[in-house]
Amino acid sequence: MPPDRPRSARLVLVAVTSLAILSAVAFMTLDAKGPWSFILTHRGIRLAALITVAYAIAVSTVLFQTLTGNRILTPAVMGFDALFLLLQTSLVAALGGAGAGAIDPRLLFSVECLAMVGLSGLLFRLLFRGEGRNLPLVVLSGLLFGALFRSLSSFLQRVMDPNDFLVLQGRAFASFNVVDPSLIGVAALLAIAATIIVLPRLAELDVLVLGRDRATGLGVDTARLSAIVFAVVAVLVSASTALVGPTTFFGLLVANLAYLLIPSAQHAKVLPVAIGLAIVTLVGGQMLLERVLGFGTALSIVIDFVGGVTFLLILFRSGRR
Amino acid sequence: MIEIDKVCKRYGDTLVVDTVSLAIPRGGVVGIVGPNGAGKSTLLSIISRLMKSDSGRVLVDGLDVMKTPGRELARRLSVMRQENHVAARLTIRDLVAFGRFPHNRGRPNRDDQERVAAAIAFVGLDAMADRFLDQLSGGQRQRAFVAMALAQDADYALFDEPLNNLDIHHAVSMMRLFRRMGDQPGKTVVIVLHDLNIAATYADRIIVMQNGRVVGDGAPSEVINGHLLSEVFRVEGDVIEIDGRRVVSVAP
Repeated sequence: MPPDRPRSARLVLVAVTSLAILSAVAFMTLDAKGPWSFILTHRGIRLAALITVAYAIAVSTVLFQTLTGNRILTPAVMGFDALFLLLQTSLVAALGGAGAGAIDPRLLFSVECLAMVGLSGLLFRLLFRGEGRNLPLVVLSGLLFGALFRSLSSFLQRVMDPNDFLVLQGRAFASFNVVDPSLIGVAALLAIAATIIVLPRLAELDVLVLGRDRATGLGVDTARLSAIVFAVVAVLVSASTALVGPTTFFGLLVANLAYLLIPSAQHAKVLPVAIGLAIVTLVGGQMLLERVLGFGTALSIVIDFVGGVTFLLILFRSGRR
Repeated sequence: MIEIDKVCKRYGDTLVVDTVSLAIPRGGVVGIVGPNGAGKSTLLSIISRLMKSDSGRVLVDGLDVMKTPGRELARRLSVMRQENHVAARLTIRDLVAFGRFPHNRGRPNRDDQERVAAAIAFVGLDAMADRFLDQLSGGQRQRAFVAMALAQDADYALFDEPLNNLDIHHAVSMMRLFRRMGDQPGKTVVIVLHDLNIAATYADRIIVMQNGRVVGDGAPSEVINGHLLSEVFRVEGDVIEIDGRRVVSVAP
């Protein structure tokens, strides 16, 4: 075991925040050709989207890991973003392309969000009920559920009317490069709402790190707290998935990096660092790949590769204990 | 006063706690003994509202544990269960500070910090208060959790087999610590124990459980006897008396 030098949480936070601001500035200004008014609005929209996504994924992952009491599972690993894609697909399939196209995308998104809270709550109960839950089994079933949702989505996409599929494609197949601008406002609002709900509960979440029973013993209403925080997680996953699509290992990567950098288990310290790291990775990574290395589409692949390796490392390390 | 009123709990077809009714008044050290699977831990979990009973109810100072707000109850009753694994990386001081949560809701003041330091010193871990839990031995970790219960400063402190992992030196010093806790005015300590000699030495009252029922209840001199060994624990042995204390010696 490496020696534990008590790192100052504030120092880490300052460093991560400066890096985040630096990458945002670089993202906005580097390699700018053409009129500034165009560049700033064009890039500003993408920056806002990336920051919202970074925020949503970092917060939802850390909260989810606190709720489930481990550091391997994330909403994405458990197939929650695949569930959101399936929801989007089935909604378009049910309404028809014309029907779905006629509805305000923000309204549609809200409906999807609500359904997501309900369905993922159900999935969560299914996977985490009972006291003798066993982690490898939960990981496996989560991966299986993810595969199931993805297969169902692609099945629906194959049998659906080509015109409907076009509508769906415009709506649902977002990525880091192609962000759906109509939803940024709603997604950002949801992220702010999530913050307002979670902020007064951070101290209770800290206690939850001790495990459900101990938290109950210390006077935390764990059932209520889990329900609220879980709903917040579901909404945040919906927001990030609607904006940029699924990101399997991104949350895992930033959350575990944050745990590594911060010597404390306090959410008030871990969450800001996780958010900062997520912004650095997304905005900085996108900037590097696009402007410096000149690649077009590879960020999600790079992140999933690094994140996937991290996932395996954590899995092996926890298996050895 | 903890009042347990006709509490039942079954897992599947097995009745683990079978219509248990008990009253535990304020003050002193109460030991619960019994063979494995007698329902001791389950009963403790039900008293501390970590588990729901199938029927019956538990009152702590007149408050129904399932209906009272958790925070209210956490200031009256603390519980330490057997398993002592924590997913997060915490130092001893971090862990013990959680004991103050029912009082400060996560905003510690100077008084809280002093109580935390005092609790850590009480269990003899003050030299390593900033070590991480995963760097401790099993016994040290056990004592850290006891310190957390101390910091919680509840009127009723429940411990489920707190002597696991402890050598005789630490077991004895921990029992002395419980004894001191129980001797403070208005404080009650309830401990599930396996070692009958330890129970006989330190407890004011011993409750014996077997197959989910209470089969014995009283002072050590009334409860620790040959009948207990042969009928409840099914071992051969003698109960001898040294300086007025009952001592169990099992046959080789």
